[in-house]
Amino acid sequence: MLLLLIGLSFIIEKVILISVILMGSLGIAMYATWAERKVAAVMQDRRGPNRAGPFGILQPLADGLKLFMKEEIIPDSSTRFLFILGPCLAMLTALMTSAVVPWGPDYVTSSGHVVALQVADINIGILFIFGVVSLGVYGVMLGGWASNNKFSLLSSIRAASQAISYELAMGISLIALLMLTSTLSLREIVGQQHGFWHDGYFTWNFFKQPIGFLVFLVCSFAELNRAPFDLPEAESELNMGYHQEYSSMKLGFYLFAEYINMFVSSAIMATLFFGGYNFPFMDQVQVAAGPLFFTIICVMVLLTKVVGFILFFMFVRWTLPRFRYDQLMRLGWKSLIPLALVNMVITGAVILWTLKK
Amino acid sequence: MEKLTDRSVAVNRSPMTFVERMYLPAIAKGLTITLSHIFKKKATINYPEQKRPFSPVFRGLHVLNRDEEGRERCTACGLCALACPAEAITMEAAERKAGEENLYREEKYAAKYEINMLRCIFCGYCEEACPKDAVYLSETVMPANYDRKGFIYKKEDLLIPHPKKQESK
Repeated sequence: MLLLLIGLSFIIEKVILISVILMGSLGIAMYATWAERKVAAVMQDRRGPNRAGPFGILQPLADGLKLFMKEEIIPDSSTRFLFILGPCLAMLTALMTSAVVPWGPDYVTSSGHVVALQVADINIGILFIFGVVSLGVYGVMLGGWASNNKFSLLSSIRAASQAISYELAMGISLIALLMLTSTLSLREIVGQQHGFWHDGYFTWNFFKQPIGFLVFLVCSFAELNRAPFDLPEAESELNMGYHQEYSSMKLGFYLFAEYINMFVSSAIMATLFFGGYNFPFMDQVQVAAGPLFFTIICVMVLLTKVVGFILFFMFVRWTLPRFRYDQLMRLGWKSLIPLALVNMVITGAVILWTLKK
Repeated sequence: MEKLTDRSVAVNRSPMTFVERMYLPAIAKGLTITLSHIFKKKATINYPEQKRPFSPVFRGLHVLNRDEEGRERCTACGLCALACPAEAITMEAAERKAGEENLYREEKYAAKYEINMLRCIFCGYCEEACPKDAVYLSETVMPANYDRKGFIYKKEDLLIPHPKKQESK
């Protein structure tokens, strides 16, 4: 009965939006692989991929084609079903998180119809993200376990313990932010960060929660299994990591899921701490530009922030050496969690004694 | 013990200060270093399009020389094969027949002349040993090949083009 109430235009609108976001995140992830190699090359005084097309921009297509052409090997000793499920789950969870990110403000057509640039505005947006991101560890765990390879298993154990340790600090750092926003909906959080300057203070959450952002940033590095926290993929110790037995596009899925995750977590960081699609003087721009043009500008602003974060991820990867396992655990449990807890307590105290008088 | 040089530096083993243990200033420092490399000159070149000049003493692939009239200079004396430390050169001599004066300079010539490029160490002793200035090491890098046979260079592969006939070999 409820389904009948949903109009056909609504469904079409959402389907278009979902496909655009899916294509967009896949495309950005594709070019993130290219950009990663280019950034690495530039920082090491090299040239990077420049053979496929001008500046090598067709390189991701060539890489994808190569992965598709490779022989698909499923080891005899592996658990076949779980072995295939692993990369599927990794890819699925990577793509699911983008559903709750608001990509732009509501676009009101001339006939008064409101188009929301967000797939689903659920009131537990952040909780949903945390749930899906935690599920993402299952992809790595299942893949490493089903490979029936000691190195893969060790690596997936590392991935799981790392994810559990850093999710704690990540969650606590966000609680401080949520006490300020008093909502879990990403759409409302972005709405609260409207513009850049309001009532004599910055509206963006970064300026209200700098320590929270720092903890969140470090934890998201660890959640993404990226350097300096890429212990599950430490090739000098574990040959290759949890995807050692994988070949062809299943390996591609694992590698690709990492880049999609990077894109989505950049979008979430931009949304939570850097005002999402908000930018300074946006009210004046809204008056000057038409509603359609304004929406496009907002989406572009968000994408610029996302690209900035992705570039930052890459800079850090090609700068810092990998942590040792005990250093990783010490940083997580003995530094980040206490820091996040202290940040939470201070935020609570400030809210109690100043804002709610 | 007496110090050999004055370049040794004592390692600082004092415990890390709070700022050092925070690790973030060090990260910022590292990031500025890598960031500065973006604007530095590239160490690599676009190889097949751009090439770096070889040094004047570079020793590359061998050539068998001809004289001004296009006759082969090699007389198959075997001194190059004797001088070769890697034993890469083999040859078979033959006598020049009447009417072949325009092909070979001397009365004896190399009917077969082979250099095994997998054995060759490009030392250039053959070039030094040659009394007829017939074998030279050029500035060409040895190209790759798909099988071992392709690395045994025959006389036709080594001879430089005829100066008058302009045969392209």
